[in-house]
Amino acid sequence: MNHRQSLDPAALAADVLRGNRRAAGRLLTLLEDGDPCAEAALAPLFAGTGRAQVVGVTGPPGAGKSTLVSAIVAHHRAAGATVGVVAVDPSSPFTGGALLGDRIRLGRHATDAGVFVRSMASRGCLGGVALATSGAVRVLDAMGLDVVVVETVGAGQSEVGIMDIADCTLLVTMPSCGDAIQMLKAGIMEIGDIFVVNKADLADADRAAGEIAAMLRLRDGGGAPPLVLKTRAHEDQGIVELVGAIDAFLAAQRASGAFEHRRARQVERETLARVTEQARRHILNTLDATVWNDVLAGLRQRRLDPIAAARRVLAATLREDSDSGTVTGAKEEPCRISG
Amino acid sequence: MPLRVLLTKPTHDCHDRGVRHLARKLRDAGFEVVFTNFLLAQEVVDAAVQEDVDVVGLSSSSGGHMAAFEDLMRGLKAADADDIVVIAGGVIPDEDAKELKSWGVRAVFGPGSSPGDVVTFLNAHVKAA
Repeated sequence: MNHRQSLDPAALAADVLRGNRRAAGRLLTLLEDGDPCAEAALAPLFAGTGRAQVVGVTGPPGAGKSTLVSAIVAHHRAAGATVGVVAVDPSSPFTGGALLGDRIRLGRHATDAGVFVRSMASRGCLGGVALATSGAVRVLDAMGLDVVVVETVGAGQSEVGIMDIADCTLLVTMPSCGDAIQMLKAGIMEIGDIFVVNKADLADADRAAGEIAAMLRLRDGGGAPPLVLKTRAHEDQGIVELVGAIDAFLAAQRASGAFEHRRARQVERETLARVTEQARRHILNTLDATVWNDVLAGLRQRRLDPIAAARRVLAATLREDSDSGTVTGAKEEPCRISG
Repeated sequence: MPLRVLLTKPTHDCHDRGVRHLARKLRDAGFEVVFTNFLLAQEVVDAAVQEDVDVVGLSSSSGGHMAAFEDLMRGLKAADADDIVVIAGGVIPDEDAKELKSWGVRAVFGPGSSPGDVVTFLNAHVKAA
């Protein structure tokens, strides 16, 4: 297969289904680039996906997410399960460049044919994952991997995109990461299905775990609060208990019907996000330059505020669409064939 | 779309200051840099395939580069991935650089090269569509 050459989406999809790693790597790149070929290749794969267990790993930078992922992968490999990893790191808001360093902690799985690791830059997405992450999970799922672990960028308080991807989200933190008030705040502390205090050999690990547990008991709604577990990921300590807790959580979710409900909500929210994305792309692709320059001039002269400017852009696009009778977005774009 | 570049060093090496500096410079030039330390050739090949990088940069500063590149080039071919551009850096004598190029290594950035040289080369010869 030659790099960045003409690709037949159907052949690419078939290669991915056969577990061809070169094809999977290729498809993931096309997906990240928003290439129409990726869309065409993913469509026939979708029906066969949904089989893999999808585990999200999120938490602040330096908490040990990558190391924990490596330990979880090792556990599954010892049990004979195959694992995919999508590890997201931030893109520069200035240059678009990125330093993707998560593979370093996954070194011990480097040549394991039962593990597929893909690093992914966030490319401007602010929710802790990239636009292409959900699709990447489906590609790894379609390859037949049993478990897919998604590691988010180092997350602070509001990066909650992983909740729309994972069947079970691990919120990884470490001792001395703030007092009990931090635990009460809205946002990321609400999305953990299981809480992990990593680096549990450090002082104050029990206190951190206790504060999280106390916060979780204040949650509304029935049922037991999420578990809080302690790990020392670099020594593989606490991993058996953690993987056991993930399995127990998913078994309970399936039994109660919450699992299906959650997945249905996830694809619903993803579809709504895609509508926004496709509409945005369509509008920007078809927008008349004269209209846009008018709007920019209005903004500069303070005749138009951004809300009114956006409304004008939308109105112009809708007029254009009804004149031309099309509302398709990506169809006019050819598959990428140049190198 | 950003070029994807895998930067790494062979297992027996330990001088990673230069390659870290380059990683930062490539990041600032808008590339997506997959950074790993000290890999065997087969590990580099596997990572390059999974990451679907456009470029593999292998830095060697303590000798043994000919064997490392021989294994790398053979491994990429075996993985049907020999279209990935390979560049070399570190302490590599001129006569070795000539031979590496005859094996298909596209560029060698030896002593005296700057990160800017790498950026210029990648933008001129590998820039993605």
